[in-house]
Amino acid sequence: MNAHGVYKFRLYVADQTQNSLQAEANLTAFCMEYLPDRHHIELVDVLRAPKRALDDGIFMTPTLVVLAPAPMRKIVGTLSQTLTILQTLKLDTQAA
Amino acid sequence: MKRGPTALVEIPGKALTGIAGFDDITGGGLPRGRTTLLLGGPGSGKTIFSAQFLVHGVKHGNEPGIFVAFEESPKQIAANMSGFGWKLAQLQPRKLFFLDARPTPELIQSGSFDLSGMLAALGAQVKQMRARRIVFDALDIVLDLLPDAATKRREVYRLHEWLLDHELTGLITAKNGADEASSPALQQFDFMQFMVDCAVILNHRVDQGVSQRNLRVQKYRGSSFSEDESPFVIGSGGFDVAIARTLGRADSAVTLERVSSGVTRLDTMLGGGYYRGATILITGFPGTAKTTLSGAFAEAACKRGERTMFVSFDSDGSEVMRNLTSVGIHLKRFEKPGLLRMVSARTITGSAETLLVRIKSLAREHNARCLVIDPVSTLSKAGNELTAHGVAERLIDWSKADGITLVCTSLLDETSSQPNGGTPLQVSTMADTWIHLNYLVQAGERNRGMSIIKSRGTAHSNQVRELILSKSGVTIADIYTAGGEVLMGTMRWEKESAQRVADEVAEVAGKLRRVSLDAEEAVLEVRVKSLQTELMAKQVEKSLLDRTTHSHEREQSRGLTRMRELRGADAAVPEVK
Repeated sequence: MNAHGVYKFRLYVADQTQNSLQAEANLTAFCMEYLPDRHHIELVDVLRAPKRALDDGIFMTPTLVVLAPAPMRKIVGTLSQTLTILQTLKLDTQAA
Repeated sequence: MKRGPTALVEIPGKALTGIAGFDDITGGGLPRGRTTLLLGGPGSGKTIFSAQFLVHGVKHGNEPGIFVAFEESPKQIAANMSGFGWKLAQLQPRKLFFLDARPTPELIQSGSFDLSGMLAALGAQVKQMRARRIVFDALDIVLDLLPDAATKRREVYRLHEWLLDHELTGLITAKNGADEASSPALQQFDFMQFMVDCAVILNHRVDQGVSQRNLRVQKYRGSSFSEDESPFVIGSGGFDVAIARTLGRADSAVTLERVSSGVTRLDTMLGGGYYRGATILITGFPGTAKTTLSGAFAEAACKRGERTMFVSFDSDGSEVMRNLTSVGIHLKRFEKPGLLRMVSARTITGSAETLLVRIKSLAREHNARCLVIDPVSTLSKAGNELTAHGVAERLIDWSKADGITLVCTSLLDETSSQPNGGTPLQVSTMADTWIHLNYLVQAGERNRGMSIIKSRGTAHSNQVRELILSKSGVTIADIYTAGGEVLMGTMRWEKESAQRVADEVAEVAGKLRRVSLDAEEAVLEVRVKSLQTELMAKQVEKSLLDRTTHSHEREQSRGLTRMRELRGADAAVPEVK
């Protein structure tokens, strides 16, 4: 696995809604803890770029898209369950 | 011919759905700029309803629409809808936009989320295509992903607010259980039912193996609506909601025109025939010639050149035609030129509602002016007892509205307790003319008796007549009453022949009398002649007598004068007398 590669994330949020703010905070905290210095986060506000949400098929906010490493994955929600994210990124074995 | 009672007039504040019947129930369609909730179990027709609503908006109201699909892929929906003749591909994507919002199976969920992303995306789309109508199909799918009731409620409110903000006529569909009253699934949406401005519930249940679909408008803010369950079918053109006649609807035009029943003497009994556009009911036990009588009507209609449809539930159309040939009714010749359409409906199963819709669409397709349904009692067979009456009512209402002369036959149950042949469908109360056929068993014979029980607006004979089927056709025989009973069959024949013998005897007697009178006359004439001769002789004799007397007197007086002259005595005496 590409354990040493850079993790590219794109987080779709809806302005300053509670869910979105939570997700943003959770993602930042997660990256600081598990992926220090090997992550890149792009923030997309669907209210400002609705066409992009439509084209990317983002209907629920917040949605986190894992762009790299492949395959692409989508995680919907506030990202409050760290374990789920670890499992999705296949980082759970290393963390345990 | 006008197409049903649907008033396709845009009512302010309402958005027409184009669904036959539904626009009548709601007085113009769904509330414009408001939200409508459509609830129904699996396979109840929610997606079809929604798609029809959008397609109608695009095609007739120039209102672009958006379909948000949570359950099926847009491709699938478009393919399914093409079965109804809606070519969605042609409307896409400028007028009709499909949004595939299915949650993908690999979607991972972590924590709470909301729908603002979707709404923001849709907002851009609405603006771009100036959409006026929007459908959220199977909202329950996405709501199920939300963790608790409060979150669900929050998202539904968000959606509702968004719809109001964009002034969209919205339709949200969601599943509910089979039984709307007790379903726990409904609990999930009960707050939605309170929130929305209009709620429609689709029901699909099975009665004795027959599928019955119902639609009910549960609420409609600021508008009156028909509150009852209305049966509907999903036909070849989409939804078709059956509606009862509403009070405000205009009566259909009536006519004084008569149409022949196909039996000359029956026309006479009815004072000229059936009324055009009337409903005629022919009741009777099996084998009382109901089909024959309706066949005679169909033949007469075809002979007048009127388009006729014959729906046969009992036997195949070709069988009916063959059988009718034996009584001199030849229908086959009208089938080829397209005047007559035989519909063999024996194999059609389904609810009474389905049958009615099939009959209606076939009749419209054929542009029928005369319609025979043989027998209409099929509508009330197993599983349809409850709905059949309403269906029969709508059948009659529809045929009247379209000006179709309808002849229905109805089978009577021989064990039926109803004494005068009331039909289970109660068509008899609605029919304009009711002809009853029955067997009269008399002197070891079974003969067909026919009577007109009622005929609205026409004078009609009160007599029971004998219906005679022969190779040359259907006739109605004169009846003989003897001792208060109608004589039929052989007894009638006996009576007739007795009458003939009596007539002959009377004729001979008359002839005899004439001869004897002639003889008497001759005798008298001879006597007159001889008397005249005698009279002449007498007259001659009398005149002879007169003459002799006269000359005698003259001679005498001349003799006297002569004598006096000779005597020269007395002066001439004036003649005496």
